[in-house]
Amino acid sequence: MTQTESRPALVELSGVSKNYGNVRALEGVSLDVHAGEITCVLGDNGAGKSTLIKIIAGLHQHDGGTLSLDGEETRLSSPREALDRGIATVYQDLAVVPLMPVWRNFFLGSEPRKGVAPFKRMDVDHMRRTTHAELLRMGIDLRDVDQPIGTLSGGERQCVAIARAVHFGAKVLVLDEPTAALGVKQSGVVLKYVAAARDQGLGVVLITHNPHHAYLVGDRFVLLKRGTMVGNHEREDITLDELTRQMAGGNELDDLRHELERR
Amino acid sequence: MSAAQVKDADADERILHASPLRKLLGRPELGSVVGAIAVFVFFAFFADSFLRASSLSTVLYAASTIGIMAVPVALLMIGGEFDLSAGVLVTSSALVSSMFSYQMTANVWVGVGVSLLVTLAIGAFNGFMLTRTKLPSFIITLGTFLMLTGMNLGFTKLIDGTVSTKTIADMEGFDSAREVFASTITVGGVGFKVTILWWLALVAVASWILLRTRAGNWIFAVGGNKDAARAVGVPVTKTKIGLYMGVGLGAWISGQHLLFSYDVVQSGEGVGNELIYIIAAVIGGCLITGGYGSAVGSAVGALIFGMTSKGIVFAEWNPDWFKFFLGAMLLLATLLNAWVRKRAEATK
Repeated sequence: MTQTESRPALVELSGVSKNYGNVRALEGVSLDVHAGEITCVLGDNGAGKSTLIKIIAGLHQHDGGTLSLDGEETRLSSPREALDRGIATVYQDLAVVPLMPVWRNFFLGSEPRKGVAPFKRMDVDHMRRTTHAELLRMGIDLRDVDQPIGTLSGGERQCVAIARAVHFGAKVLVLDEPTAALGVKQSGVVLKYVAAARDQGLGVVLITHNPHHAYLVGDRFVLLKRGTMVGNHEREDITLDELTRQMAGGNELDDLRHELERR
Repeated sequence: MSAAQVKDADADERILHASPLRKLLGRPELGSVVGAIAVFVFFAFFADSFLRASSLSTVLYAASTIGIMAVPVALLMIGGEFDLSAGVLVTSSALVSSMFSYQMTANVWVGVGVSLLVTLAIGAFNGFMLTRTKLPSFIITLGTFLMLTGMNLGFTKLIDGTVSTKTIADMEGFDSAREVFASTITVGGVGFKVTILWWLALVAVASWILLRTRAGNWIFAVGGNKDAARAVGVPVTKTKIGLYMGVGLGAWISGQHLLFSYDVVQSGEGVGNELIYIIAAVIGGCLITGGYGSAVGSAVGALIFGMTSKGIVFAEWNPDWFKFFLGAMLLLATLLNAWVRKRAEATK
């Protein structure tokens, strides 16, 4: 892999492996994430995408290889530590608390406060205003920040979670299958916000099994298969067709085509 | 997107969405307020003495004894958990206070302090067991409920030889403690129990915590989606243990009231009350699965309880009917809440 940039990568994984008991979930995976770039991780179900994301998010610790943040080798012990070091993860389904208003969700876990010790309270006006403004900055015009976030569409919820990560000064944004459960139009909207986050200088890790979505925004592509890395390409080195082919299993797809054509 | 476009979108969409009626429908306590008005009108019509000031005082007193516990139980339910030990914990609190003071021949305030420590510790134990074992709170607190029920009787018999405690009315500090926990304040010729003040204060503090503090945000979050809360850095374990200790605090206040209004505590009391607290919270709009509800709602639930239990007496009906009314009220309130919430959420 190329290391042409003078600044160290925001996140760099090198030969990372992870075992669950005697099951090898991940083996020798390397990737780097640079500011203002989108690194896509592609793979089918069971390829190890979730394990990879959990290592970067601090939910699991890697067993082998190295994880470096800003060029410094480290080991993340908790999601909180990852957050504190600027890595924000947006999970597909556990990004928000559905019954809570949008503004409460937006600041959940990092509520701004005012007042003195026993009467310390949340700065509600500030929270409401900031939520509306930050979402507007990402291009989401929310009708009412008091509505339960569960009433938003799946795409809008992903966007709120992304806007939230951007607001809290994340340097690296990890997105777990943000478009998996969405329709075509909604997926487009989410990808637009992913690009918006990139343009604001964030490094983005986009996990997906959709090569079309990945190729629309990605700068580099890491392909996983059964826990191992089968490809690591810069955008200029690969076409969408080739990416799709590799993603779909390459030669296996050709075999499948032959098999199906006989019928 | 230009500013003008944004403004246009505001103009046509927002008016529809911020209508006062919708705002009102979105409140968790709406169903219970409607229910409370219905119950009030019902008994005002059927029970002649219901509208007297002295009846009001009686109703409020009954409501407050339930309400003091319904507040922390409601917070706990919003946080996604139950506490089946809440009813007997009240009795434990009174027993500890009374027996400690009597056995140590200490100022009763010492017993009151020890009792606070014990109830908070039991609350913390519930919370700790829950977060450690990850078992359902139903099981954990059912265990605590049974253990406390046994310990209340067992220790009392062991120490006092009977099922009730000895009188502590002649002990130092009893009168001042009675002032704080069980006095009567006369307003316009009608005596109001001090528990009503405790109750209102608890509702106010709990509402403030829920709606205006970081802890409140965490309570809604751990009840609404525990995993999401943990993922964004909410201290889930601390929040849940805190909620159980809140129940301990409520049980302490209730228990001290019990002790200082009757002087002698029956060790078998309290069984079954935990369900009444939960009923008050649910009537008040708390979602049984957590993440939704209010402290004010629990107070309205307790008020409905007070009006029904005393209204039946004022109407000179057989008090056996009380449970029937309570059950019907619970079903109606839950149905109404479910319907209201669906309406509020379905419309984007």
